Amino acid sequence: MIGVPFLFLFVFFLLPFLLVVGISFSQQQLGIPPYTPLTKMEDDVFTLVLNIGHYKFMLGDDLYFATYISSVKMAFVSTVLCLLIGYPMAYYIARASDSARDTLMMMVMLPFWTSYLIRVYAWIGILKNDGFLNQFLMWLGVIDTPLRLYHTNWGVYIGMVFSYLPFMIMPLYSHLVKMDLRLLEAAYDLGARPWKAFVQVTLPLSKNGIIAGSLLVFIPAVGEYVIPELLGGSDTLMIGRVMWDEFFNNMDWPMAATVTCAMVLLLLVPMAMFQHYQAKVMEEVK
Amino acid sequence: MSTLKPSKPLSYAVLGFGYSFLYLPILLLIVYSFNESKLVTVWSGFSTKWYWALLEDDELITAALLSIKIALMTATASVVVGTWAGFVMARLNRFRLFPLFAGMINAPLVIPEVIQGISLLLLFVAMEQTLGWPEGRGVFTIWIGHVMLCVSYVAIIVQSRVRELNRSLEEAAMDLGARPLKVFCVITLPLISQALVSGWLLSFTLSLDDLVLTAFLSGPGSTTLPMVVFSRVRLGLNPEMNALATLFILVVSVGVVAGNLYMRSVQRKREREMQLAFKAA
Repeated sequence: MIGVPFLFLFVFFLLPFLLVVGISFSQQQLGIPPYTPLTKMEDDVFTLVLNIGHYKFMLGDDLYFATYISSVKMAFVSTVLCLLIGYPMAYYIARASDSARDTLMMMVMLPFWTSYLIRVYAWIGILKNDGFLNQFLMWLGVIDTPLRLYHTNWGVYIGMVFSYLPFMIMPLYSHLVKMDLRLLEAAYDLGARPWKAFVQVTLPLSKNGIIAGSLLVFIPAVGEYVIPELLGGSDTLMIGRVMWDEFFNNMDWPMAATVTCAMVLLLLVPMAMFQHYQAKVMEEVK
Repeated sequence: MSTLKPSKPLSYAVLGFGYSFLYLPILLLIVYSFNESKLVTVWSGFSTKWYWALLEDDELITAALLSIKIALMTATASVVVGTWAGFVMARLNRFRLFPLFAGMINAPLVIPEVIQGISLLLLFVAMEQTLGWPEGRGVFTIWIGHVMLCVSYVAIIVQSRVRELNRSLEEAAMDLGARPLKVFCVITLPLISQALVSGWLLSFTLSLDDLVLTAFLSGPGSTTLPMVVFSRVRLGLNPEMNALATLFILVVSVGVVAGNLYMRSVQRKREREMQLAFKAA
């Protein structure tokens, strides 16, 4: 009963991971597969060769280090922006009338169902030098020369916030809508001003939603490839992109595996937090 | 009491800004798919010629058919495996390796796709080296990858539905002598059918849209629609892609809105029936 799904996940999720770790210790070679085996059996001598060169290279190379810092920074800024836009939205959706709530939430989810690639593409036409945004701002007379947004980090931030916003709103909404409004009433009765009641009552009660939403945005954003590739510039350093280039352009599978391991290491703590949160959610339902 | 209601103007301003941010880009994309000019951002007149161009684009049509085939296979397999996993999560959570199991279900929801892509590829390469199977990469490997991507979503939808179920129905069937498998098929499955439908639809769209995992797992001759779209939009704007995007958005939106309305009406009907049943009792 337990066996089948367990085995499926083990073979196609956990095992491949261990292989990545293994191959990060091998050496690139010409041929199929394009990496050297780790173990050899020759004249009854079993040898295990672990090449730590890739790790040494990665730790010593400035560009790699800059890429990690930049990935984390970009994911972090995107998460904060998502929270700043998503929280007020989730708040007002949760406080809307019963009949409006479902429709409003469906409208948040609808873009999530439509193609992610298409939604990122839609921004190219807006952000380009001769795109809609610059046309509009120049028509208004706010700017004289077009803003450079396409192929810059700004483009990536906008694309990330746009793509990940539904993931932020969903958990925030589900916490805010459950909230007992009588608590706010009590705060008001005791003389709290609306702003103070929000900070001392609503905000703490939605803490778990904030954490969950932030993790749902931050973790995938660190390894994002499509958005920096389409909207970012050649100087937009993201770890997912570096790994992709190592793999597809340089055909250096062991190096790509090493970068992947570093990415996993980077995400270990946020992933553990996410697991902890998910387990808690499941406990609550019971 | 009125202080409890948030201020109307502020609420409209926030939601207005938020929803325009979410929908304006899509709206512009749709409007300019009817632009005659090849320069997507310069309006020169109404035309449907980019839609006709889609019909003659053989590369695109072949890729689209392949994507639909893979999406159908993925959705079906994900529902089978995902329901199984979700059921185990909801009902049998006392075994020793449960945290590992739950972890393996939850992790794919957030883990960057590039990580899953390279891991699965290395698995398939290693399998080919040692077992001689699967030979090369293609539809089969993409299919497994997409199922991995979707199983978690289905499992989570199903497990939360199963937890809500009132167990007395199943217990009653057991008491009447039905075997566990029969109880599952006759009682449990119909009760969670809504979750299965949403899981299937979600898997279908996720698979249809996936680029990163597919890029790692595809081989020669298995180019899917997102791969073709990506290789073109990488070079910049392309009016034909606007037309394709419009068609895609139209189909999905109609599907989602219709599905949503249907589910709401089913929900209402169920609630009504429950009330009647309790009244009768």
